[in-house]
Amino acid sequence: MTDEKLAVLRRGPADYEVAAAGASSDTAQFAETDGGWLRRIQTFLNEYPTTVPLLVLLLGVVLFSWISGRTFLHPYNLSLILQQVTIIGTVGMAQTLIILTAGIDLSVGVVMILTTVVAGRAAVSFGLPAEFIFAIGLSVGLGCGLLNGLLVAVFRLPPFIVTLGTFAMIGAMVLYVSGSQTISGRELAETTPSLLLTGTSFRIGGAQLTVGSILLLVLAAVLWFVLARTAFGRHVHAVGDAPDAARLSGINVRNTLLAVYVVAGAICAFAGWLMIGRVGAVSPTSGALANLDSITAVVIGGTSLFGGRGSVLGTLIGALIVGVFRNGLALSGADILWQEFAVGLLVILAVLLDQWIRKVSQ
Amino acid sequence: MSTPVLKARNLVKKFGRVTAIDHADFDLMPGEILAVVGDNGAGKSTMISALSGAVQPSAGQVWLEGKPVQFASPLEARDAGIETVYQGLALSPALSISDNLFLGRERRKGGIWGRLSRDLDRKAMDAEARKQLTALGLTTVQNISQRVETLSGGQRQGIAVARACAFSSKVVILDEPTAALGVKESRRVLDLILAVRARGLPIVLISHNMPHVFEIADRIHIHRLGRRLCVLPTSETTMPDVVAMMTGAMAPPVVHKIPEGEPVQ
Ligand SMILES: Nc1ncnc2c1ncn2[C@@H]1O[C@H](COP(=O)(O)OP(=O)(O)OP(=O)(O)O)[C@@H](O)[C@H]1O
Ligand SMILES: [Mg+2]
Repeated sequence: MTDEKLAVLRRGPADYEVAAAGASSDTAQFAETDGGWLRRIQTFLNEYPTTVPLLVLLLGVVLFSWISGRTFLHPYNLSLILQQVTIIGTVGMAQTLIILTAGIDLSVGVVMILTTVVAGRAAVSFGLPAEFIFAIGLSVGLGCGLLNGLLVAVFRLPPFIVTLGTFAMIGAMVLYVSGSQTISGRELAETTPSLLLTGTSFRIGGAQLTVGSILLLVLAAVLWFVLARTAFGRHVHAVGDAPDAARLSGINVRNTLLAVYVVAGAICAFAGWLMIGRVGAVSPTSGALANLDSITAVVIGGTSLFGGRGSVLGTLIGALIVGVFRNGLALSGADILWQEFAVGLLVILAVLLDQWIRKVSQ
Repeated sequence: MSTPVLKARNLVKKFGRVTAIDHADFDLMPGEILAVVGDNGAGKSTMISALSGAVQPSAGQVWLEGKPVQFASPLEARDAGIETVYQGLALSPALSISDNLFLGRERRKGGIWGRLSRDLDRKAMDAEARKQLTALGLTTVQNISQRVETLSGGQRQGIAVARACAFSSKVVILDEPTAALGVKESRRVLDLILAVRARGLPIVLISHNMPHVFEIADRIHIHRLGRRLCVLPTSETTMPDVVAMMTGAMAPPVVHKIPEGEPVQ
């Protein structure tokens, strides 16, 4: 039962290929896309996904300075917005790392809070020296990150479920360590004033900046460099985008994931320090919404929940967008419920846009 | 008789109850194009994965240039000079062409800055990527920092093959590199393979396309039910015979060449 088509035994191009011999030779031409302007916008956004959040931020600024004028645009108000988004922004940095690997971390907020209550307790009840207290706070963050990382990378459990579990466990630890008690700024100032350092503010022109918001900008710059310009950063993107391709390209997927969760834990500890400065005390309840807010900032910042694409600069812009809309709506006298409505709407729009941008290859 | 560049004996790999490789042997001679053919599910991809470190065989031994090797990861095989284009590609769509070419072997900037900051040498990598693509006839690439997902299927295939050809120093393994390609693009990949052979490198080509196999292969390795049925010089067999053997309709010829005094079967 021989297939007649296969019965041709010959070396050299087959007949059917000869017809193609006269074809133009510029096969691999990376042809300009011919789907009109919409297609061109799509391709552009695919290449520079941070453009949209940047435009939305500008739009928000223009909109609210039109509505509320001077008050909104006053340097003091703008610097206030930066202060207001410092915590979301910092926790958002950790969340960006995780989401770039196609994961999600529901525990970032409580990890941050746990580092603050442990450090606060260590300072007030045990009177340890400052270096110890910072080391302890950092270890708590690293430890929580390591726990999440081991469960995700080594035991290969879905990040959503893992961090849902650790969210509850770490949340319980927060109550256990703090006894639901707030540690006042005065107590901290007497024992370990450096814990409050990030809340120190200084004036430049009309603006009032805090050490904490400057540190956020520094952190964003460092993370941007690591993600965009080092091999580790490339690997993080590859692991989130196409894990099999990453593995076959020789990347150690497990260690990359593990490193990402541990670094995220460290960033949460850092956020805890900023948090103590911002609140001026250690409270087991402040920052309770940071989990979800950080995801909001990441998504509005144009990072894809499907992994592999996005940037920490986008997240910084995303956090600022949230801050601008909340602040602007509050100034314009709108009911607080419209702030939440607007932020929710922005999230949905951002995800819709991401869906469209990722379809560029079809 | 020269030693095989890549050789394996008695490879075994089980996935649960499925035996994907069942005591398979393999020989790749210097400078040759070896086609590996077989039915779907015969275990071709699994076998080359075992040769390239992507899969760990449960038994058997692999030799590279006569020395026993054991690759724990694809990276180790790559460092040893074996480059592989896996079936279904191994590119990261969201990364650029240049990032993909250098994925897992990025180059850092020199000097103290490079060592401390681990800053990548983008310029050098882009230039090298462009050079490699041009050398392999994949010219007219305008934007080396364009995301791979914005390329057509054929262009992506070209990038994957180019990556393997560019970095290989001993062996190139291609698992169905023309599967998704049109007539013209397939021809380009075949030309690429011949160009690599002209550089003196041996190539393993897995393909279901018999005309292609008969056109460029020196020898044909017929794989059936997880093991090597036989290896035949292309000039001594015909397409109908090969098809008949790989489907089990015909027994392999009894006479074998015996490399290194070891039985082939
Ligand atoms: N990761 C895996 N887990 C379980 N079974 C697997 C796995 N990889 C391969 N197999 C099984 O091993 C056998 C051989 O598969 P393999 O992909 O090597 O075949 P192939 O010869 O490459 O086929 P094709 O021509 O379709 O590519 C199949 O039965 C397949 O189902
Ligand atoms: Mg296969």
